[in-house]
Amino acid sequence: MTILRRPGLLVAALVLAVVAVAVVAPQLIAPYDPFASVGSARLAPPSAEHLFGTDHLARDVFSRVVHGAQLSLSAAVLAVIAGLVIGSVVGLVTGYVGGPVDFVIMRFVDVLIAIPGILLALIVVASLGFGPLSIALGVGLGAAGSFARIMRAQVLRVRAEEYVEAARTLGVRGPVVLARHVLPNAARPIIAMAAMELALAILSVSALSFLGFGAQPPAPEWGALVSAGRDFVATAPWLSLLPGAVILAVVLAVNSVARSIRGDR
Amino acid sequence: MTALLTVRGLRVDYGTGRGAHPAVRGVDFEVNAGEIVAVVGESGSGKSTIAHALMRLLPVEAHIRGGEIRFDGTDLRTASTAALRRVRGARIGFVPQDPSHSLNPLLRVGEQIAESLRRHQGLSRPDAAARAVEIIAEVGVPDAARRAGQYPHELSGGLRQRILIGIAWACEPDLVIADEPTSALDATVQRHVLDRMQALAAAHGTAVLLVTHDLAVAADRADRIVVVHHGEIVESGRAGDVLAAPQHEYTRRLVDAAPGLHSGRLRPSVGVASRTAVPDAAPLLDVRGLGKTYGTGDRAVAAVDGVGFAVPRGSTFSLVGESGSGKSTTARMVARIIEPDTGTVLLDGRDITGVRGGALRQLRRRIQVVYQNPFGSLDPRMTVARLIAEPLRAFGTGRAETQATVRDLLDQVRLAPELLTRRPAQLSGGQRQRVAIARALALRPELVVLDEPVSALDVSVQEQVLQLLVDLQAEHGLTYLFISHDLGVIRQISDRVAVMRGGRILEEGSMDEVFHSPAHDYTRELIGSIPGRHVAEPAASGAQVVRD
Repeated sequence: MTILRRPGLLVAALVLAVVAVAVVAPQLIAPYDPFASVGSARLAPPSAEHLFGTDHLARDVFSRVVHGAQLSLSAAVLAVIAGLVIGSVVGLVTGYVGGPVDFVIMRFVDVLIAIPGILLALIVVASLGFGPLSIALGVGLGAAGSFARIMRAQVLRVRAEEYVEAARTLGVRGPVVLARHVLPNAARPIIAMAAMELALAILSVSALSFLGFGAQPPAPEWGALVSAGRDFVATAPWLSLLPGAVILAVVLAVNSVARSIRGDR
Repeated sequence: MTALLTVRGLRVDYGTGRGAHPAVRGVDFEVNAGEIVAVVGESGSGKSTIAHALMRLLPVEAHIRGGEIRFDGTDLRTASTAALRRVRGARIGFVPQDPSHSLNPLLRVGEQIAESLRRHQGLSRPDAAARAVEIIAEVGVPDAARRAGQYPHELSGGLRQRILIGIAWACEPDLVIADEPTSALDATVQRHVLDRMQALAAAHGTAVLLVTHDLAVAADRADRIVVVHHGEIVESGRAGDVLAAPQHEYTRRLVDAAPGLHSGRLRPSVGVASRTAVPDAAPLLDVRGLGKTYGTGDRAVAAVDGVGFAVPRGSTFSLVGESGSGKSTTARMVARIIEPDTGTVLLDGRDITGVRGGALRQLRRRIQVVYQNPFGSLDPRMTVARLIAEPLRAFGTGRAETQATVRDLLDQVRLAPELLTRRPAQLSGGQRQRVAIARALALRPELVVLDEPVSALDVSVQEQVLQLLVDLQAEHGLTYLFISHDLGVIRQISDRVAVMRGGRILEEGSMDEVFHSPAHDYTRELIGSIPGRHVAEPAASGAQVVRD
């Protein structure tokens, strides 16, 4: 069961470790300033000097990708936290209270889930204005529906456990029972799901940035980097492909680690 | 004559290498054709492992390390898988412990019997189906043709266990291994199922290996008894001899523990300070006309219908009945867990039926509940210390005082302080129930509602927990409302008892009155269902005497 016996998981963990360093201290990895031109070599192909080549302003693309991790991932993490908190509170309350409250709120959740996530995020971005924060909120709201459903199902299961009834007969107050018995025993599947949602959120955030709703130039952001390379696809395809490959690798790595949290192989 | 089954030096380990834990350490026994042999022991003694090892149906982490299992000339330990398949089901039947999980929920029960007949006896589909109906009738299921077409969830636990017995006997095996076949059943149902099994064994000349934790059941049913302790056989012999003159100290403990084998209420242990209050005129608990109906209109079912009784302070009042008799519903209404439709509950003369909100929470200080399943009623994520402290924290007791109280409570339920940091999964069933009792006593309640508190425990552990309850009652002057399906258990703890059936109280009286002059046929049936009674009181039960 050790991590060494599962090479796939090991690689995924290494990728995430590098990404974590890129988020906390990008200057340790990035060889150049992400905003400044490095010499006169515009649209230079990948080389030992410039791993991902240079863009039309002669900036080092690898450095921009490394520095972009901070923006992209913090938006994705924020999105998951927003979805987790909103969804869990809704699921916890509706599951525990039950009755008509449960019925009415869960119908709203059904509507929320019926709207495609990216469309929902676009609506939020359109009403709150462009920027990584509104993207995060939009993507988070899109995920909140599924979080609410899972949390509610867990709460319904745990609420029927005898120790919850026993706690009430011991004279423990309702909110305390909810916080001390129901929530901890319902949390594990939610945590596993949050990890899975993180991979989706990275994709959604990148997609919205690609469309130009997120970080504005010259700030480096993964989706925006892919988008910026579009104009040169014929002459310098690495400008789009390599940042895209990084997004793909990180999403796969997050997925793999998330599955191991959930207990799959 | 050679025995049908001969086991020599059987050893089974759980795990491998240095982590290996021996579960069975070299046991020898034999079963002759047509003989009923009981393997008796507590949970963890290795008795079930023996039963499963005989058919090589052990969990993956268990390994047979040595020995010989000779069944009618073949060594099953070394037999090929194909040879084993021909033996299993056809020549050795198996009755599993849990009737609710051992049948395929998606297949009609008749088909589940027919499957075995087609596989082993080569019957055609219609022949097998017809024979399955005959078998269902033979195991004592009324209306067999209709039942054969039903799914497991449509049958009660007792009927499901009969179907499993039918499957075991379907191919007329030489040997049936029954692993705790009735432990999950009510006392009355247990008796009927065991009667049927014994009759089948006699009619077909089948040998039976009966695995049980209840020495009284073994005494009633078996020709010979094998007592297992820590994976070794400590004693074996004819049933009557083992019971009359147990040689090993462990067997003596089992004999003492079996509720059916000795009568009368347990007395507080020597050295327990008795603070029993003087019985006063006004009862602590007075229940009047309590009723609860589930469903509406034509589908309404009265779970409890006009139940009334009074419990004097410091005494134990018991409700006895089978599943669905309304005894648990009554207890839950008294404890104010569910709302009664009609009637009143008076505690110390005050009507508590309509108490709500904060006042209801304060009432919890006076009424506490101990549940049947000590695993389900303890939050698996909490340590023992936190579990016992929870009611104290709920009522705002200070940290230092809480710690001292928790230690004191742990001592009172005779648990070592090292257990404070354990979680429920790391405790035995008896230890868990002691934790649940300690928690219930934390707030110094007056009334404790005990809903089948020992039904999930081994007989020997049952007795220890009952003794603890009797001691605590004497020490603190507690009043108990005790719920059980087992009159044998109730006899050990009760002052008064009410027999419930179909939501009503059939009769009520002191323990002696109900036992010695039962007014109702149903009560007589309950008394007759206590295992081991024939051994303990041969004179009272008339014709039935110990076999051999």
